[in-house]
Amino acid sequence: MAKKIIELKNITKSFDGQVVLDDICLDIYDNEFLTLLGPSGCGKTTLLRLIGGFETPDAGDILFLGQRINDLPPHKRNVNTVFQRYALFPHLSVFENVAFALRERKAPREEIEARVEEMLSMVALTGFENRSVTRLSGGQQQRVAIARALVGRPRVLLLDEPLAALDLKLRKDMQQELKKIQKATGVTFVFVTHDQEEALSMSDTIVVISEGRIQQIGASTDVYNEPKNAFVADFIGESNIVDGVMLADRSVSFSGHTFDCVDGGFERNEPVDVVVRPEDVDIVPEDKGMLRGVVTSVTFMGVHYEVIVDIGGFKWMIQTTDFVDVDERIGLYIEPDAIHIMKKSEYSGLYGDYASFSNEFDELSDAESEAEE
Amino acid sequence: MNDRSRRRSLVTGVTSAPYQLWAVLFILVPLAFVAYYAFTDNAFHFTTANIARFFTATSPVTDAGGSPVQVRTYMVIAWRSVKLAVIATAVCLLLGYPLAYIISRAPAKVQKTMMTLIMIPMWMNFLIRTYAWMTILQDTGILNNLLAALHLRRVHIIGTQTAVIIGMVYDYLPYMILPLYSIMAKMDHRLIEAARDLGCAPAGVLRRVILPLSMPGVVNGVTMVLIPSISTFYISQKLGDGMFFLLGDAIEGQYVAGNLHFAAAIAFILMVALLAAMALMRRLTGKYTYGGAAA
Repeated sequence: MAKKIIELKNITKSFDGQVVLDDICLDIYDNEFLTLLGPSGCGKTTLLRLIGGFETPDAGDILFLGQRINDLPPHKRNVNTVFQRYALFPHLSVFENVAFALRERKAPREEIEARVEEMLSMVALTGFENRSVTRLSGGQQQRVAIARALVGRPRVLLLDEPLAALDLKLRKDMQQELKKIQKATGVTFVFVTHDQEEALSMSDTIVVISEGRIQQIGASTDVYNEPKNAFVADFIGESNIVDGVMLADRSVSFSGHTFDCVDGGFERNEPVDVVVRPEDVDIVPEDKGMLRGVVTSVTFMGVHYEVIVDIGGFKWMIQTTDFVDVDERIGLYIEPDAIHIMKKSEYSGLYGDYASFSNEFDELSDAESEAEE
Repeated sequence: MNDRSRRRSLVTGVTSAPYQLWAVLFILVPLAFVAYYAFTDNAFHFTTANIARFFTATSPVTDAGGSPVQVRTYMVIAWRSVKLAVIATAVCLLLGYPLAYIISRAPAKVQKTMMTLIMIPMWMNFLIRTYAWMTILQDTGILNNLLAALHLRRVHIIGTQTAVIIGMVYDYLPYMILPLYSIMAKMDHRLIEAARDLGCAPAGVLRRVILPLSMPGVVNGVTMVLIPSISTFYISQKLGDGMFFLLGDAIEGQYVAGNLHFAAAIAFILMVALLAAMALMRRLTGKYTYGGAAA
């Protein structure tokens, strides 16, 4: 087992009586790429700021290599931050921005020059030393921010939505690059994002946070394939989440049909949440389907179609490469290992129905605005 | 030039005309008159005598040993003006900088209140403010009565250099705080956090980030305090008991006495000196403007 670098123990934090973080427990291991994932306002940035030293917890302890660092000011922590929108020093050149931490340590001049050059070549900005940071593009500023934060060889690098301000193409490139830099330097990355795709593609470990509480900690494939509750299932990827009853181990009933599944360990007849990913549903002729319904909407997405099917009043989303038409009656076939069973939680019933799916809304509002004209 | 841009330039021309007229009538023409008077004699013939007089005129004074000596009158006055103005500006900067910083970091509501409090004295006439300081600082004034009531030693301030500097600082401090505050309020708080993150203790943050980034505010504040305090005349007369004759007093005195040409010459020299000083200052601090050093 890798070494624990940071341990958060029962961290609680409120602002103006509003609980932002509620009893957070989290271990961060050496050399891992850990992502704090959650919707805006879930407390993930506050968590990052606690580790960085910009906030102190109301209760609980932060340990760094076993030492309690609750009250250690940011400049004494062996942790650096890549800030949202970079926070580069506008009065300093690219070189001086990167050299900032080394100058503060009064490092010898040769060392500063060598380290800065090394960092700039790592982020592919060699030759930009004397440029003003205000005249760089967003992507270049991002690279300077990363170089500046890594130059002092921190044990942990905190990244606060560093890619949010970049356009899609650049963001994809930077995701690859960040991952590469993390591998090359061996620094532990704690990455904050609200973009689930970004989290899935980059992370060793994903920490899903909602309303100040950790919902699930796990590898990308774990949180995708085995979501702990309806919130996680809905937030990460698309999910059909329906009410079901666990009849016995490996047998679940939902939407008026009894399915074989691979999960067990529930009480007999325990009510559960059933998750089926849209890409795991096969469309078959109506008479061959386990479930039957009417297609209410079809959207072409490039690689696949996104089909909304009404099954007994509950709208399912299905991603398929087969074309079906609106108003067509179809059957659905679901493999046992495509069915994931979750315990009921406070999030049950809140997510997973595509009745209010945005594509349908778009169609509606388009129709309305046309009618008005 | 196409039609559209011609029309636009016409619009800009028409709308900016009043301001241009204003600038010409009330800025350029008066300046030209100052220069014209400075370089002419009473018959409006060209002369450099007024300028020369400023540099060469002498008057007798008694030196420390009690013997009479000749000094260059206006050189002595100019030096005194510069000295007092520089001291007053430095005091304003030392008082104003921390205050502006504290205000800029306070909650929005507190910021508003503090700035209003700083502005309130400016609503009062500057002569009245100066008179108020006379009643405070006089030997039998408020300050000394207060000290007496507390059984402390009375102090003699009125008529001293200190009194003149107090007057200048009080009158011009808002002009220092305003530009400093406005630049500090705009400063991105995350830059301070970034500096902390990269290993700076609070003192390092001040030296390496806040100070350089607020340099344009310092330059503006110093300019706005130095210029009026170098040419002030009323404060020195009232609070200095006439003991500290400054350039402003000289200009006023010559003007009242009807020596318009010499008054204009002093004003002209002062103006040129200030412009040179400002240019030099901007040059020295130019690297601190946003955008960083030119590569």
